[in-house]
Amino acid sequence: MSKATATTKKGDGAAPAVAGKRRVIICAGTGCVSTGALKVYDAFMRELKKKALNFDVILKPESENLHLSRSGCQGFCQMGPLVTIIPDDIFYTKVTADDVEEIVEKTLIKGDVVEWLLYNDPGTKQFCRGTRDIPFYQRQMRYVLKECGLIDPEDLNEYLSRKGYEAAKKAFLSMTPEAVCNEITASGLRGRGGGGFPTGRKWDAARIQPAAKKYVICNGDEGDPGAFMDRSVMEGNPHSVIEGVMIAARAIGADEAYMYVRAEYPLAVKRMYKAVADAEAAGILGSNVFNSGMKMKCVVMEGAGAFVCGEETALIASIEGLRGMPVPKPPFPAQSGLWGKPTVINNVETLAQVPCILLDGAEEYRKIGTPTSPGTKTFALTGHVVNTGLIEVPFGTTLGEIVLNIGGGVTDDQGKMTKDMFKAVQIGGPSGGCLTPDMLDLPLDFDSLRAVGAMVGSGGLVVMNRKTCMVSIARFFMEFTQRESCGKCVLCREGTKQLLSLLDDVIEGRATPATLSLMEQLGRAVQKGSLCGLGKTAPNPVLSTLRYFRHEYESHVNDKHCLTGRCKTLAKPLINAAKCKGCAMCVTVCPVGAITGSKKQPHKLNQEACIKCGACTAKCKFNAIEGI
Amino acid sequence: MQAATETHATPAEKFANVCSILEKHGRHPARLIPILQAVQEEYGYLPEEVLAYVGVALDVPAARVYGVATFYAHFALEPRGKYIVRLCNGTACHVKKSIPILDALYRALGVTEKKPQHALITIEIVACLGACGLAPVLVINEDVYGQMTPARAAKLIDEILEKEAALV
Repeated sequence: MSKATATTKKGDGAAPAVAGKRRVIICAGTGCVSTGALKVYDAFMRELKKKALNFDVILKPESENLHLSRSGCQGFCQMGPLVTIIPDDIFYTKVTADDVEEIVEKTLIKGDVVEWLLYNDPGTKQFCRGTRDIPFYQRQMRYVLKECGLIDPEDLNEYLSRKGYEAAKKAFLSMTPEAVCNEITASGLRGRGGGGFPTGRKWDAARIQPAAKKYVICNGDEGDPGAFMDRSVMEGNPHSVIEGVMIAARAIGADEAYMYVRAEYPLAVKRMYKAVADAEAAGILGSNVFNSGMKMKCVVMEGAGAFVCGEETALIASIEGLRGMPVPKPPFPAQSGLWGKPTVINNVETLAQVPCILLDGAEEYRKIGTPTSPGTKTFALTGHVVNTGLIEVPFGTTLGEIVLNIGGGVTDDQGKMTKDMFKAVQIGGPSGGCLTPDMLDLPLDFDSLRAVGAMVGSGGLVVMNRKTCMVSIARFFMEFTQRESCGKCVLCREGTKQLLSLLDDVIEGRATPATLSLMEQLGRAVQKGSLCGLGKTAPNPVLSTLRYFRHEYESHVNDKHCLTGRCKTLAKPLINAAKCKGCAMCVTVCPVGAITGSKKQPHKLNQEACIKCGACTAKCKFNAIEGI
Repeated sequence: MQAATETHATPAEKFANVCSILEKHGRHPARLIPILQAVQEEYGYLPEEVLAYVGVALDVPAARVYGVATFYAHFALEPRGKYIVRLCNGTACHVKKSIPILDALYRALGVTEKKPQHALITIEIVACLGACGLAPVLVINEDVYGQMTPARAAKLIDEILEKEAALV
């Protein structure tokens, strides 16, 4: 591969003749790789060689007529490994290495479709030939992710052939820094990392600083559990992030940038390193960017696992080789950031939007989304929903559209689509809040979400069904923020710990009605008394569930009863005599001998002896043990 | 990685690797985190004497090196097993029941939550691996296993133990 990039023509954007040529694209995002995408890729290599088809493995685009490539995440992870054939527009799902022979034989040679590998829409029971027939894709608007899943992320030429680095070239050669800032301000772009701060204003604040040395930092430390948008962008189209960084650097007058990538994402790390090296080899980065005489250097740095490093000032400390602890603002990083120099920190997705804005123009960009939140947003749609994966929709798309139409509806614990199962969506991770079924018509954008006590956050959407205990979910997030609190602010360090133990009181049946008001009081105190975003938002999951699911808390507190049966201490397991067949399987697995009964007769469970380990429920074939 | 548990190397040999890591990063104190990451890659964990040595070499107090090493979740101050099994307990994995998988892992290994140490296999719980579409997710060294169940997880552990037993 490295040899191939050495022959890349220097940033002239010469298009490898991709159009008109047949391409077999195998999704090689983390999701598909884990389900065997690379084996499928190897099988294609073998099969195509065996059939002596004139094909092209990675490069040499000029002479061949079939191109086999790997792509970044196509979003539909759950149906992986995914194989796309263009221009035929055939989309095969759950492909295994054994299926490859049939695909080559039928589709590549004869031009037929292997029907059983197509996606079968559970709603209509119809086979969907291409992505445009699949509701999951139909209702999305892929803007930032447009090229993810189409181009080979490890091939600079492919990026160049799709107007890659043209926006950066425009910024460096024909725009002043002020013009770049104005364009971004006019586009209304807001930071996708969580807060939604106007990007143009941030850049302008750094631009007017007189310092000779300035920095740009790309925040790819996506620590929010349940979110993987930045990973997908870095894996699927790393050059778009570098281009965004270059434009940001041009806008503020920086010549050095740090790409801080989360180390839990080995594939993203690898691809960012390679993309930077390729861009350097092609002269896009380096001492004379686009012959403008300007310098630009990008350094990739791996994060070391600290959620608080999503906070700007903590991230700066981490790059400086210190403990990632935040410092008070002002001074803002735009005034005094990395090593005391003016610094702009943007999230991966924000930066990936920038090249599109410069190419399309602010006016065009504003046509997407809502007036106060223009553009698109990627969401990681996960949890109890039929279609999980990475989606991109314009701001202002309703919650119902995402969960019911793109997501295909809410599932039960066994993964089966079930009506009226929808209980809540947790948005924005540990900083966010819950949305309820009443909010299905709520348009998702920065301001409407803030109004209901949630936030866009980085865009994790975790759907939860009726079997999920909201108190346990609140505890889950509180445990996370408590562990990740850096310990600097007392209210965050001690407050999260006390909130966690109050939640334990609720879950384990020790709470009194006063506990709930104490939790609210303490939650508000933590919000007020913390320096950074972590502490300011840490109580949100508790406050939000208290607001919308208070009855669940009350039943834990007053009746010592968990409505979903998930809280084990409160569980009162019972054998349903109508369902019990008396097979005695539960009797044999019970470690404390709490279940008794003779064969073929309904058994009895002694609640006092029971330690609620759940071994019996796991063993019972008839779902006869209830309440645990 | 093997060197982590069998430290028969003389001190000079032991620090030779550290020196080359330090050189690679220009002995720059700001590069402390990448240096510690490289040390951990080399030794499997961060041995105390190496931490002290890094502090001296970079001319930063040992307390600061220790402070950084204990702040970030990735750094391990104790030797770890040959296999690192990381169970994701991010939100998506959590709601799809990752905790019963953890119990199954402990059971299959014959260890408990309070004493999870095992010579060969280290179990770690991580906040999110970013493969939420495949929740619940388990990662063994670099290999990702999606849509995990307690039974499949136990089988994976059994396979490792069998494979290793065959090597002896």
